[in-house]
Amino acid sequence: MSEKSQKEYWNENLKYLAILLSIWFLVSFVFGILLVDQLNTIKIAGFKLGFWFAQQGAIYVFVILIFVYIQLMNKLDKKYNLDK
Amino acid sequence: MDIQTWTWILVGLTFSLYIGIAIWSKASSTGDFYVAGKGVHPIANGLATAADWMSAASFISMAGIISFSGYDGSVYLMGWTGGYVLLALLLAPYLRKFGKFTVPDFIGDRYYSNKARVVAVFCALIVSFTYVAGQMQGVGIVFSRFLEVNITTGVIIGMVIVLFYAVLGGMKGITYTQVAQYCVLIFAFMVPAIFISIQMTGNPIPQLGFGAAGSDGVYLLDKLDGLHRDLGFHEYTSGSKSKIDVFAITAALMLGTAGLPHVIVRFFTVKKVSDARKSAGWALLFIAVLYTTAPAIALFARTNLIETVSNQNYADMPEWFTKWETTGLINFNDKNGDGVIQYVADANKNELEVNRDIMVLANPEIANLPNWVIALVAAGGLAAALSTAAGLLLVISSSVSHDIIKKIINPNISDKGELLAARLSAVVGVCIAGYFGINPPGFVAAVVALAFGLAAASFFPAIVLGIFNKKMNRAGAVTGMVIGILLMLFYMLKFKFGVFDGGKSAVASLKSDWWFGISPEGFGVVAMIVNFIVSITISKFTTPPPIEVQQLVDNIRNPSGAGVATH
Repeated sequence: MSEKSQKEYWNENLKYLAILLSIWFLVSFVFGILLVDQLNTIKIAGFKLGFWFAQQGAIYVFVILIFVYIQLMNKLDKKYNLDK
Repeated sequence: MDIQTWTWILVGLTFSLYIGIAIWSKASSTGDFYVAGKGVHPIANGLATAADWMSAASFISMAGIISFSGYDGSVYLMGWTGGYVLLALLLAPYLRKFGKFTVPDFIGDRYYSNKARVVAVFCALIVSFTYVAGQMQGVGIVFSRFLEVNITTGVIIGMVIVLFYAVLGGMKGITYTQVAQYCVLIFAFMVPAIFISIQMTGNPIPQLGFGAAGSDGVYLLDKLDGLHRDLGFHEYTSGSKSKIDVFAITAALMLGTAGLPHVIVRFFTVKKVSDARKSAGWALLFIAVLYTTAPAIALFARTNLIETVSNQNYADMPEWFTKWETTGLINFNDKNGDGVIQYVADANKNELEVNRDIMVLANPEIANLPNWVIALVAAGGLAAALSTAAGLLLVISSSVSHDIIKKIINPNISDKGELLAARLSAVVGVCIAGYFGINPPGFVAAVVALAFGLAAASFFPAIVLGIFNKKMNRAGAVTGMVIGILLMLFYMLKFKFGVFDGGKSAVASLKSDWWFGISPEGFGVVAMIVNFIVSITISKFTTPPPIEVQQLVDNIRNPSGAGVATH
């Protein structure tokens, strides 16, 4: 693999990481902790929204994030022929 | 059949299963012993990782902790799951590509230094030993409570079982027993949860029952908030900890999870890089089943408990109350002598002490579930404790036989000799763990929580920088690790043990001196940031790593061609 395409591959990878980790930070640290009081004024069924993110929602999003990452990286590996 | 008979049957069945698997999957080389020959299917590895990760504490104590702390308990839920996102995205695929056996292997090779390797071995051993002692203690507790044998006998039975399959099968045996243990523990956790969810809300899915209304049409969470207000506790859905501390503890637990050697090493066991990513996804999915159920159990159990005991006559208490009273896990002290249980926040008026572990252990009894469900909880607790203990023992034995003996003391040792050394160190490891399980030093519980801080402060930056910063060199990484772990140790000794201010009694009064208002449990994140800053600054002013090492970094960033592990 050429140095240039290795670099491109790596930069795309870093871009994915930046996006996915921002969501990771948002659902746990922002929704579940920093803005929890504001979100708690919104209620969905029996849940206050901030409390729900802290004890349920963040975990669901974490699982989804990893599976999205798997898909993205499998595609990326294929694009650069690195899936051998 | 009574609970005892059911418990013996279920524990006996599951234990025979584990032993059967051990005989079937005997390790024949160091590759088998350390990383299961690198041939584990990603879903199997996900199951094994989930069992490896979920300890006696996750199974027995976590729901109880949340039950008593409400929103504040979220730090464990987010902290112990969010770390997997970091693992999957930042560590697992690259460490798998690197293709060696242990975490100190990576540190030693990437920073071309046996000193770095020794620092890493030392950190791995501290973290693993503190953790494993807690597991053996968990085994003893389950045995003594459910089977009425004493704790020592319980720990010894547990030691023999772990010894058998960890020493014989190594990682290969551990992996497949952990798959079985996940199935046992999740079944044991979910069955009572589903029953209770149906009882209280009519909804069989605990995650939905969590937000549902009880038979009186009031949402359970609102009802519990109300009960808490009436009794003077802080509201269940809001916290009592400061925001910055909740933030720091959550972050420290996440970063520590991603830096725990017994978890990382599981990703060395799959065939290729894409499998390492996949197994992280499966692992978190399997973990999430328990972690999203636990807060629901916490709510149900808390509501049940308050409604059963608060302002009721002591004489009218159900059978489980007296039973757990004799074990000392429930304590009633009728201060005003009226024969009625006052369970309130005010310590002077409160008459009831409840141990948090009861929320899981006694939950099925409180909800009047059949005897086999109660027995199932014992088998599940044992599965959770044994699976984690075995994973930790493997880290301990490979640290000794591979990182110290093979890599430092005697590089010429044969594969057979190394395998024997690995087995012997596993035996020694089990004995030490058993000793601490029987004679638990008072600091174990405190230190387990801090093990995450130590892992975050030492390993996490060294590994992440090793992958994402090609110019990171030996001087930077080693100084960073040493300063990170010393800073964490200092903070822990000062604010958790009061070593510099006259001992444990001084701890409470030191709270106002916490740096940035962060507790020792959350301080790992600060030590980690310091580690990052020190590492990066020093690496800017010292010689960059040799060209082979920079090529190694390029190589681990490239997912193709992850072959069989080499020494």
